[in-house]
Amino acid sequence: MIVSPPPTPCPHEAPAEGQGSADGSHAGPVVNHFKLDNGLEVVVIPDHRAPVVTHMVWYRNGSADDPRGKSGIAHFLEHLMFKGTHKHGPGEFSHLVAELGGQENAFTSYDFTAYFQRIAREHLGVMMEYEADRMTNLTLSDEVLLPERDVVMEERRMRTEADPSAQLDEALNAALFTHHAYGVPIIGWGHEIETLDRHDALAYYRRFYTPENAILVVSGDVEPEEVEKLARETYGKIPARGEPPRRDRPREPEPRAERTVKLADEKVEQPSFERIYLAPSQQTAAPGEAEALEVLSHYLGGGPTSLIYRRLVLERKLAVSAGAYYYASALDDSRFYVYAVPADDVSLETLEAGIDDVLAELFRDGISAEDLNRSVTRLIADSIYAQDSQMALARWFGASLAIGGTVENVLGWSRRVEVVTREDVAAATKWLDRKRAVTGYLLKDEQAA
Amino acid sequence: MNAPAKISRAARVQKIVTPAGISAWLVEDYAVPLVAMDFSFEGGAAQDPQGKAGAASILAGMLDEGAGDLDSEAFQRALDDHAIRLHFSADRDEFSGHLQTLTRNLDKAFELVTLALNAPRFDADPLERVRGQINAVLKRESKDPDSMAAQAWRRAAWPNHPYARSPRGEIGEVDAVGRDDLVAQHKNLLARDVLKVAVVGAIDPATLSVKLDALFAGLPARATKTPVPQVGISGLGRRVLVDLDVPQSNIRFGRPGLSRHDPDYMAATVLNHIWGGGSFTSRLWQEVREKRGLTYSVYSMLSTPKASAGLIGATSTKNERAAESLSVIAEEAERMAAEGPTEDELEKAKKYLIGSYALRFDTSTKIAGHLLQLQQEGFGPDYLDRRNAEIEAVTLEDTRRVAKRLLGDGRFLVAVVGRPEGVSAS
Repeated sequence: MIVSPPPTPCPHEAPAEGQGSADGSHAGPVVNHFKLDNGLEVVVIPDHRAPVVTHMVWYRNGSADDPRGKSGIAHFLEHLMFKGTHKHGPGEFSHLVAELGGQENAFTSYDFTAYFQRIAREHLGVMMEYEADRMTNLTLSDEVLLPERDVVMEERRMRTEADPSAQLDEALNAALFTHHAYGVPIIGWGHEIETLDRHDALAYYRRFYTPENAILVVSGDVEPEEVEKLARETYGKIPARGEPPRRDRPREPEPRAERTVKLADEKVEQPSFERIYLAPSQQTAAPGEAEALEVLSHYLGGGPTSLIYRRLVLERKLAVSAGAYYYASALDDSRFYVYAVPADDVSLETLEAGIDDVLAELFRDGISAEDLNRSVTRLIADSIYAQDSQMALARWFGASLAIGGTVENVLGWSRRVEVVTREDVAAATKWLDRKRAVTGYLLKDEQAA
Repeated sequence: MNAPAKISRAARVQKIVTPAGISAWLVEDYAVPLVAMDFSFEGGAAQDPQGKAGAASILAGMLDEGAGDLDSEAFQRALDDHAIRLHFSADRDEFSGHLQTLTRNLDKAFELVTLALNAPRFDADPLERVRGQINAVLKRESKDPDSMAAQAWRRAAWPNHPYARSPRGEIGEVDAVGRDDLVAQHKNLLARDVLKVAVVGAIDPATLSVKLDALFAGLPARATKTPVPQVGISGLGRRVLVDLDVPQSNIRFGRPGLSRHDPDYMAATVLNHIWGGGSFTSRLWQEVREKRGLTYSVYSMLSTPKASAGLIGATSTKNERAAESLSVIAEEAERMAAEGPTEDELEKAKKYLIGSYALRFDTSTKIAGHLLQLQQEGFGPDYLDRRNAEIEAVTLEDTRRVAKRLLGDGRFLVAVVGRPEGVSAS
């Protein structure tokens, strides 16, 4: 088969498997977890296969915490964090990382911002020193800030302004979230990015970049004791600031009206269909519900054996690809996606009717015991694959803790998936209600063409 | 912290030759209950028959769409039931397979990949589907600025050569690829004399040996290929413009490079790192992005397809400032060709390249991928241990010489997609 990516980057992240897995054949990662006196949380995941470490710092703030009218500030600040401190000039940290043979980057999401380096294990201490330094000592001048704002505008042009499907995604999310900031793009709206200045950046930095708000995750060729010692010598020196910052998030009201958003552009040569349902996240769901939604999304749309692929692609030939995925990892109510790319000469209306037929079948028949078992096996296997990568492990623990999860929670994931029942999956289908959804059509603008 | 241990990576690689004569590189590792295998046959999309661009990519898409007694759905279900990750791909020069399995499903995984490779069905239904999927991707790419720039550059650089075509296929040619073409390419390309195999994970040589014979011994001894002529990069000094109504200009640029076995290749690696390769630290990054805010991304890389060699780069800048980006890149090329790097830049680049090599060995799939690549490039496992020494040996003189060879007269073939202001075709 040809794997064509879903219309938006697939955010599914299966948490790592815990100790004592399904068949008892293999223990999951051993994870150490503690807090420094200043409130900084630390997670250590040893993996001794290669003499390298992944060092990550996560902050519990993302684009959904951007103040109103300042969209993009979380992401802009992420860029500015490379611009130096009182101690180290602009780019100095990056040059050091490179000189030591390391790789680095950072990323911003709705709920968190994270910075990481991958490097030979003997350099972990110095990475911690520099990362701790920029947790409190960032300096910003217009000389470095203004060109960087241009860089972010170019990033937005690259990702969104030249891509009709990315523009449709923005419109879909804006329509789905009428009140909550998940409806605002992570990178921000262009007209607001252009106005962000030094004061905005520093105010935001002072509010969120504190030890109480941060999580340190180290995976790779390390022992917990040495990480703890190094962490105390570096991050531990940062004075506590008191309470962690509050995340002021309005709750999305109960949706009542189904919505359709259409974007027609002359650059669209290949139409596509997408629908997003407002669904609970692993943090807002009732116990077991998020796991049931994971199973549901795999059964409905996880690859070429899924229900939607079989019905629409294999049998009815209405689509060349189709699938579903569920974004469990979010602090607030989240999203369940269904998408399809139509076959030649199939209208999006026909395709949508076909999708609704599949959903009606799902609502009527639920999931068989055999299909349930298959989906559960597959989801748990994915978490074993994840253990091959120290980076993947570090990301899962970091992302989960950043939205209020716990280490125990992550480690217990596969056990919770294992006990999902047919009834749980049937109950989870209630979220796939069109009143809770926004449907998107990406179309060719024939007149402009 | 411990000092870095002097480990021999080569010593961990076992070179296996099976009873049937299949060679493979194996790294045994039992830390995680997984096995990863990458294999490839030299001869990819460049072997697509005239008028049938897409044959190799369709073949790759079809191998997991039914084999032996299993039709497409049954085959995919068998993979999914056992959580086996299997896919095939074709680039310009190689046809590849990638397998990942949990150790407990090892037998099933090899059974399925053996079926896929030896007894593909090429049923009509999946064939139509796979062609449709490839066409959908190609249609999307036909108005995607980045893909359009790559295409414009490729066509101008390698006119009338197989490399001018997209390895994925060309709209209008994909539908011309029929079952007979797949049967023919399967027989022509998937042969033992062009096979390379790398395996990493929880498997011992004896077990692997038996499985490799079942998998590969039944393939033809020799591939039947059309020679792909060596080709330079045409259009140096040319600027190709492709109009698209977008606010940002997408730019590709490139010049002739060095072949993988050129004695100056390591020096070129170091030089490229300094000029445009090392993100965050390279001169292009500093001048185009950091100082001027002209772009989100700018890079250069050494490209070494089997039949050509290039120094290729890309960036994107708003239309109003596209001309400025182009002139900064040109100036940086000129400056580097004239002066070469500084001693300090050289030392830092070497330190990065040497130190970061370890980061390629931290997951089974990355290790398997790297071991396969070395075999494709014609190296032995000893390369794993001598590579860093070769980087270390690069001198300032070497980089100056190679700066002239690589950036020389500063003439690039440039392709721009968008509506750049003050930039004209030439």
